Amino acid sequence: MTPAGSLLTADGLRKTYGPTTALDDAEFSIHPGEIVAVMGPSGSGKSTLLHCLAGIVRPDAGEITYNGQLLTGMSDTALSALRRSEFGFVFQFGQLVPELTCLENVALPLRLNGTKRKDAERTALTWMERLEVDDVRDKRPGQASGGQGQRVAVARALVTNPRVLFADEPTGALDSLNGERVMELLTDAARSTHAAVVLVTHETRVAAYSDREIVVRDGKSRDMERLV
Amino acid sequence: MSTTRTKPAAPPAGTARDAGPTGARAWLRDLAMGIRFAVGGGREGWVRTVLTAVGVGLGVALLLGAASVPDLIANRDARATARHPADTMAAKKIDRSDSTLLIVNAGTDFRDSEIGGRSVRADGDHPVLPPGVRELPKGGEMVVSPALRDLMNSSEGKLLKQRFDGYRIIGTIGDAGLMSPKELYYYTGSDTLTKAQGAHRIKAFGYSDPAEPLDPLLVVLVVLICVVLLTPVLIFIGTAVRFGGERRDQRLAALRLVGADRRAVRRIAAGEALFGALLGLALGAVFFLGVRQLVGVVDIWKVSAFPSDMVPLPGLAALIMVAVPVSSVLVTLVSLRAVAIEPLGVVRSTTARKRRLWWRLLLPVAGLLILLNQDQVSRGGDENVQVYTIATGATLTLVGLATLLPWLVEFAVARLRGGPVPWQLATRRLQLSSGTAARAVSGITVAVAGAVALQMLFASMHDDFNTTTDQNPRRAQLYVTSPEASGALAQRMIDDFRDTKGVRGVIGRVSSYVVKPGKIKNADDMRPTTELSVGTCATLRELARVGSCEDGDTFVVHSGDRDQDEWVDQVARPGKPVDLNSESWGDYTGTPRGEHAPWTLPKSTRTITSRPDPVGDEYTGIFVTPGAIDVRKLSDASTQALVQIDPKLPDAEEYVRNSATHIDPLIRVNTIRMIERDKQYASVQKGLQAGAIATMMLIAASMLVSTLEQLRERKRLLAALTAFGTRRSSMAWSVLWQTAVPVVLGMGLAVSGGLALGVVMCRMVEKSVTDWLVFLPLCAAGAALVAAVTLLSLPALWRMMRPEGLRTE
Amino acid sequence: MVCIVLRMSIGHTLLGLLESGPRHGYDLKRAFDEKFGHDKPLHYGQVYSTMSRLLKNGLVEVDGIEAGGGPERKRYAITEAGITDVQRWLATPEKPEPYLQSTLYTKVVLALLTHRDAADILDTQRAEHLRLMRILTDRKRKGDLADQLICDHALFHLEADLRWLELTSARLGKLAKEVLPG
Repeated sequence: MTPAGSLLTADGLRKTYGPTTALDDAEFSIHPGEIVAVMGPSGSGKSTLLHCLAGIVRPDAGEITYNGQLLTGMSDTALSALRRSEFGFVFQFGQLVPELTCLENVALPLRLNGTKRKDAERTALTWMERLEVDDVRDKRPGQASGGQGQRVAVARALVTNPRVLFADEPTGALDSLNGERVMELLTDAARSTHAAVVLVTHETRVAAYSDREIVVRDGKSRDMERLV
Repeated sequence: MSTTRTKPAAPPAGTARDAGPTGARAWLRDLAMGIRFAVGGGREGWVRTVLTAVGVGLGVALLLGAASVPDLIANRDARATARHPADTMAAKKIDRSDSTLLIVNAGTDFRDSEIGGRSVRADGDHPVLPPGVRELPKGGEMVVSPALRDLMNSSEGKLLKQRFDGYRIIGTIGDAGLMSPKELYYYTGSDTLTKAQGAHRIKAFGYSDPAEPLDPLLVVLVVLICVVLLTPVLIFIGTAVRFGGERRDQRLAALRLVGADRRAVRRIAAGEALFGALLGLALGAVFFLGVRQLVGVVDIWKVSAFPSDMVPLPGLAALIMVAVPVSSVLVTLVSLRAVAIEPLGVVRSTTARKRRLWWRLLLPVAGLLILLNQDQVSRGGDENVQVYTIATGATLTLVGLATLLPWLVEFAVARLRGGPVPWQLATRRLQLSSGTAARAVSGITVAVAGAVALQMLFASMHDDFNTTTDQNPRRAQLYVTSPEASGALAQRMIDDFRDTKGVRGVIGRVSSYVVKPGKIKNADDMRPTTELSVGTCATLRELARVGSCEDGDTFVVHSGDRDQDEWVDQVARPGKPVDLNSESWGDYTGTPRGEHAPWTLPKSTRTITSRPDPVGDEYTGIFVTPGAIDVRKLSDASTQALVQIDPKLPDAEEYVRNSATHIDPLIRVNTIRMIERDKQYASVQKGLQAGAIATMMLIAASMLVSTLEQLRERKRLLAALTAFGTRRSSMAWSVLWQTAVPVVLGMGLAVSGGLALGVVMCRMVEKSVTDWLVFLPLCAAGAALVAAVTLLSLPALWRMMRPEGLRTE
Repeated sequence: MVCIVLRMSIGHTLLGLLESGPRHGYDLKRAFDEKFGHDKPLHYGQVYSTMSRLLKNGLVEVDGIEAGGGPERKRYAITEAGITDVQRWLATPEKPEPYLQSTLYTKVVLALLTHRDAADILDTQRAEHLRLMRILTDRKRKGDLADQLICDHALFHLEADLRWLELTSARLGKLAKEVLPG
């Protein structure tokens, strides 16, 4: 089942939360540098798929392989370390630490990895420039606009040069213009660093920034590309 | 109060009218609405209300406890008075009658406990009875308090039981005759008790010393202790009222959306707080009643009391009942000042005004200045003025420290940069909102500063007593005295103690004061007096550098101090007479008692120098071996023994006490230790530390609640941080730092403030500071507090860091 | 406008209707009107011309002629070639363009009637739409403002179509109940 050259694959994923089945025999694969949109109606399980793929949630059944390693068998500590060094995350909202300045927020993952503050902040600043938010470097997230905040979040997700960027409705709280700007910058940045992107969204215009689309319905995933 | 009147620029009259009633009616309506929210706010609302109520309840219980202290003391005094023999000091002689009895103090010690006791002997068939005693014990009988009975019957009290094995217990002492339910007390009966043994004849119980005005220093201490222990309680109540405030503000914002105005929203918040406070009052009363019962059953730190003795003063209780709800409303209104609750959300003035230093410094500086000035006043001033000024000064200083803390935290935290990630997260958080933490910690500040200052004061006063003693416990550890003078008794003590388990050696002697006979030139002059000690050569060798000695020898003992030696020599003149009955001259009373008892100091008497005995005392005067004098001639003499015990045998001391009681129940056994007088001081210190630590626990509880609240609010953020690989330990450390930074700052401020206050107060009572390290245990408690708050919030943190937090509702 | 659409797909639609069994020309018209005609019933002449074209291409055959004569009494049946043709048509996504829904709707209903996987048809179309959206998005990113505005217009329309596809996917079960007898 695993397509050759895949960076991250999942097969036969099942996950239930109490009585609700979030994933029911779902599968997934992504190549290095590929941008895959995960779409589907609300409650279909697309966020759960992302959480499982990123090693945040353990599936009840199924296998996830990242770069030859079986994610499903790894310890919590190992998973955390993997997420710190190889993955990046952007969520819809509420991910920036309100007390830290935007620059400090962007530098945070590097610092969690043990980089010195000055070095971390220097790298963070180049990423903020790239996402055109270097003007809010000393502001707190609460003082920046929604679009700026999401771009700060993208900068933070990419600052560690992750191999996979997980974005869960990254534009969900933004208007179309801001949302598209975030997507343009996000995809440009991901392509330039050759990072794979797992993009969960319910907006087709956002999904249009992807290379390939997966639809999740009732916990089952479907690779749309195979139909054409 | 009316909205329309005070604000002419308010919205058009039409809308104002639509807003409904104004003034008092609006207040009532909105308060009622707030109460409804507090009750019917679902689980969330209840949790908040219950937290507030429990917090306020704990505070109220403490306040009620404090309000009961005067009554408790009065009741204890009354109990003490009721069982104290009446008329022992009366000039009028009490005639023997059917109802009179002889009574003498006969307390003892058992390990760490002091056991009160009296020995009685009825003169007739119908003796007056001490309170709580139904039948006066006769010879060989005793009545005991229930606690003493339990102790004697326990395996722990075996030795104590042996001490009293000459007595049959014929009953227990009722509550009326005890100071506290756990008091150890007894009455033993005697057939041989005489006034010569120090007993008094009495015809009634119930004597109180004429009420002395309270020692002014004590008043200062009492006022300070109240300030130290109660201010944090008030601060805690203030914090408890704010529990869950941020959630509430969001709820209130929703009310703004449906049309409540700013004032109405505040009143509704006040109503919620009021309900919590009222519930807290009820809970507080319940807690208080519970603790009151508990105090009657257990005794912590040897403090127990009869529940019925603990009644809050009605005035104070009423004040608490009124002040707590009113202040809950005020605190809420004040805390909402910095928050704008808008229909679309809550706007906290993040760029809040910087806290100003000057007025915060004013309080402690003014306080210290008052105290420093007091120094000069105390040297000749009127004591009444002094007491209140000192109390004011100290209170200002302590409260000033509490107001200084928010500024200090803000100031210190604003300067913190960098550091590892957890540290950065914590300091940034504090930079944004240091108020909550600072407010909670300010309670600790007052308690710790006060406790440090008071302990320093106690330590210096206490060391003043003790530093001069030079007891040498290697040579002997027990000092036994009997009011009865008898060479035979001295010998018996020597013999019996020597046979007692754990005893290594005994020094026994009989001593009395003797005078120079004859007329004194000037009636106001003191009659030359010196001590005469009778003991065997072995005993005397322990007390002086005797040299050769055999029975029948006599010595004049000098200390080396010229003045003192001259005074000795005025009485001790070899070949000249000495009067063995010092009272026979009636020098001070004017009425001579007894016959003169002349005795001639042999011409052959040598003069030698003394050496300190194991207690550290030096004996001078006349030393006589038993063969040279008839001890029966010595009037008003006493028999003393120094007993050396084996320090390795745990209960050696108790064996000696048992032997002593068997020789004569009236023999007193004192322990000689370097820390002899420490007991009382230690209990004061323990009490202070316990109070300060209890306060800290209270504050820890409120810090824990606000930490949990904050974690719950950041569920999403914490889950997001988990997603990108943040270690749990990093977040745990940030929680730790977030608690530790304000606590460390608060403790630092408290310790320095407390030391300053302590120095000033020591200076005031003209004592030098002897113990600079009294704050160490409190700092340890502070560290424990930080650890406890962190540890207890970890489960919630782990829960919040689970990915479930990422799922959108 | 409807006519354009109809002209494009009427042959396939009639073929699809024949899959469930041989029918008379008149029956075919009635079934078509009932399922797809809505307010614009099919002209009988259109049925006749379409059927003769299909007959000529070998996609249908005459199954029998009712007594009474006349071309209208002919009974048609689908041939193997006809079934394959329907299958190919259904599986091929439509070129995304305005007012596509009629064709798609027809396809979906036909798929339901012939017990084919209607969801597949929608998903295939969806993938085709997204493919075009990607191209437009890419063009937009590289182009000037005018390009961007023009592309955006198209994108918004495509997005609307996609929403319709999604909604229809979610309602397939309900639609099947209405379309299928019993």
